[in-house]
Amino acid sequence: MNSTVSLASAGVGDGMPLVRRLNGFVRVVRGDGFRVGVGETLDALRLAGSGGRFLNARELRWGLRAVLCSGRRDWQRFDGLFDAYWRQTGVHAGLRPAPRPPQPGPHGVEHNGADPLRPAPDVEVRGLTGSGASAGRRGGAGSEESLAQTDFRHLHAADRQAVYDLAERLAARMRWRLSRRQRLAERGHSIDLRKTWRRNLGHGGVPFQRVYRQAKLPPVQLVVLLDASGSMDQYSAFFMRFMHGIVANFRSARAFVFHTRLAHLSAALRERDVEKSMQRLALIAQGWGGGTRIGHCLGLFNDHYGASALNRRTAVLILSDGYDTDPPQQLARQMARLRRRARKVIWLNPLLGWQGYAPVARGMAAALPHVDVFAPCHNLQSLMALEPHLYRL
Amino acid sequence: MQWRDLQQRLAAAHYIADGDLAMAIAMMDYLERPLLLEGQAGVGKTAVAVALARALDSELIRLQCYEGLDANHAIYEWNYQRQLLAIKVREREAYSAEDQEAHIFSESFLLRRPLLQAITRAQPAVLLIDEIDRADEEFEAYLLEILSDYQITIPELGTIDATSIPLVILTSNSTRELSDALRRRCLYYYLDYPDEDKELRIVATRVPEMEAALARQVVTFVQALRREDLEKVPGVAETLDWARALLGIGIGSVDEDPQALRQSLLCLLKSRQDQEALAPQVFERLVARSV
Repeated sequence: MNSTVSLASAGVGDGMPLVRRLNGFVRVVRGDGFRVGVGETLDALRLAGSGGRFLNARELRWGLRAVLCSGRRDWQRFDGLFDAYWRQTGVHAGLRPAPRPPQPGPHGVEHNGADPLRPAPDVEVRGLTGSGASAGRRGGAGSEESLAQTDFRHLHAADRQAVYDLAERLAARMRWRLSRRQRLAERGHSIDLRKTWRRNLGHGGVPFQRVYRQAKLPPVQLVVLLDASGSMDQYSAFFMRFMHGIVANFRSARAFVFHTRLAHLSAALRERDVEKSMQRLALIAQGWGGGTRIGHCLGLFNDHYGASALNRRTAVLILSDGYDTDPPQQLARQMARLRRRARKVIWLNPLLGWQGYAPVARGMAAALPHVDVFAPCHNLQSLMALEPHLYRL
Repeated sequence: MQWRDLQQRLAAAHYIADGDLAMAIAMMDYLERPLLLEGQAGVGKTAVAVALARALDSELIRLQCYEGLDANHAIYEWNYQRQLLAIKVREREAYSAEDQEAHIFSESFLLRRPLLQAITRAQPAVLLIDEIDRADEEFEAYLLEILSDYQITIPELGTIDATSIPLVILTSNSTRELSDALRRRCLYYYLDYPDEDKELRIVATRVPEMEAALARQVVTFVQALRREDLEKVPGVAETLDWARALLGIGIGSVDEDPQALRQSLLCLLKSRQDQEALAPQVFERLVARSV
C-alpha cells in the first residue's frame, strides 16, 4: 500500500501548500493521542522542506512515521491515519479524537483506556460514597485496632468509611516501611573509592574512613490481580481501596481485576480522586457475565502482560476465593507459568480467615502447589501481615 | 546520506533492511536525533547497529544497560588507583597544591566510559545503547541530557563538547515503560519478525553455503513455528543458528531424518516447556508443511 499514493494525490499538487497540509496532519495525529511536541512538528517540516529529498509519498510516510510515532500503539495506527489524511479517504474517521483503542488483545482483553462515558448507578459505588465524613474517624488507636481485626463482612456501615481509609493508608505505610528496610539492608561489601576519596579530603587525603559501595536494590514491584466475581462481593470494595493505595504509592505497581474477563486498572486507579476512580472502575466492570474464569484470565494476563509486568523483583498478589468455573488443569497451568516468571506468588483468600475453611474448592486446590504464600485477607490485620513477605523477595 | 544508498550499504554489511528502516536511519543523521528501536527479543535490533557501523565504516561503541547502571559506568570515572599512586610518587618533590591537583585531575587520569567516548571521537561513531528499558529512570534522565546537548560536564575538568555527533541507536523490548521525554526525543521504529520472503533473504545472506531449497524449508518451518503457542518465540538469530546446525548435521531436507531434526530443535526452542509443548503431531504437521 506504500507505493500507490502519488504525490499529486497526496495533496501536494492541489494548491494547498505542503506546510499547511503537514500542520493539519500533525493536528490529526495529536488528536489521536500521539505525543507530538513542537520539536517533532518542526522536524516533520524540516523533512518535508528538505528540497527534493522527498520525491514520493512513500518516503513522506516513512519519514513522518519515524518522527511522529513514539511507541508501538502509534506505530500500529499511523498507516491508517496517514491514508485517511493524505488520500482523503475517511478523513473524518481520522479526525475524530479516538479513545485509546484496546491494544493487542485478540482475545478481548479489556484495557483501562476507555474513559467513563456516563455515570451509571452501581450498588457498590453507592455503598462506598454514601456516608462519607459522617461515618467519621473515631480516632484513637484502640478503635483502629479493633477495626483492624474485624472481618470485612461484619463491619457496620458506619465503620466502613474508616476502614476504607485505613486500607488506603496501610498501603502507603507499607511502601514507606519497605523502602526504609531496604535502605538499612543495603550494606555494601566493596570499597567505593570515589566516595572514600571525597569523605577523606578533610584529612589530607589519607583514606582512613572507608565508604562501601552500596548494592542498589531495585524497588519491589507489585502486580495485584483482584477477583471481582459475585462470590467476592462482600470483600471487593475493600480490596479495591487497598489496590488504590498500592498503585498510588508504589510507582511501578500494576493492578488488574478479573472475573470472566481481565481488565488493566492501573491508570484508572492512579486517578487522584478516590471516588472518581471508583466510579471509573465500576464502569469498567459493568456488564460482565457471571461465573469466574480464573484460569482463563490468568492466561490472558500471562499472554499480554507477563513479559512486561513480571521480573525477578515482582511479587504477584492474587486476591481471590479460588472458585473457578474453568477446568482446574487450566488454572494450574497458568499458575505455573506465572510463578516461573515472577519472584513470588502470594494468594490471598478471604475465606481463609473463616473458621473451619479448608481450600478444597477444585480451583483453589489446583492453584495451591504453585503459590509461595497462601494467606488470609479477611481483615486489615491480615493485610498488614503481608509486609514481611514482600520485603523478603 | 540517501536511504537507498544506505540500504545497499547495509546489505553489503549482511543486513537486510526494509526501505523504511533505512529511511529512519538516514533521518537520524539528518535530524541529529537518536533512533529508538523496539521489538520482540531476537528480531535483530542490536544487529542494526552492528551492521550500521560496518556499513559506514565507523566505530561501534556499545553500552549494555542493566539495573543499577550509573553515571560512573556509563559516562566517566576518575582512575583513583592511579591518582593515589601519582600522589605517592610525587610526594617527595615540592609541588604546590594547585599543581598537584591539576596533575591528578588531568585527562590522563580520566577513564572514559562509552558515552564520553562516543562524543569525543574524531569521526562520528555509532553508539548502541542496548536494552535501555533495563536501566533505571535516573539513568534515562542523564542520557536525555547528553543526547540533547551532546556535551558532558566534569566538575574537575570543565565541560567537554562533542567533537563529533554519534549516530545513537537505542533498543528496547519494553520490559519497562520508557519515559515520554525519551520517547519524544527519539525517532521511532518498530521492528517486527521478518516475513517469509525477507527471512529467506536473511538466511541466504548470512548462511550462503545453504542450498536454496533447504533454506526455504527452514524458513517456512520457523515461520509456522512462530504461530504456535510458545513462551519464547524463536527470533532471527535462532533461525540462523538452526540453519547452521542443519548444515553441520548434514541434513539435506527437513523430512529426511525426523529424529535428528527433532533434536536439532533445541536451537529454536529454548525452554523445556516449549519443547514439551510442541507435540509430535504438531511437529509432523510443521515438517510436512515445510517440504
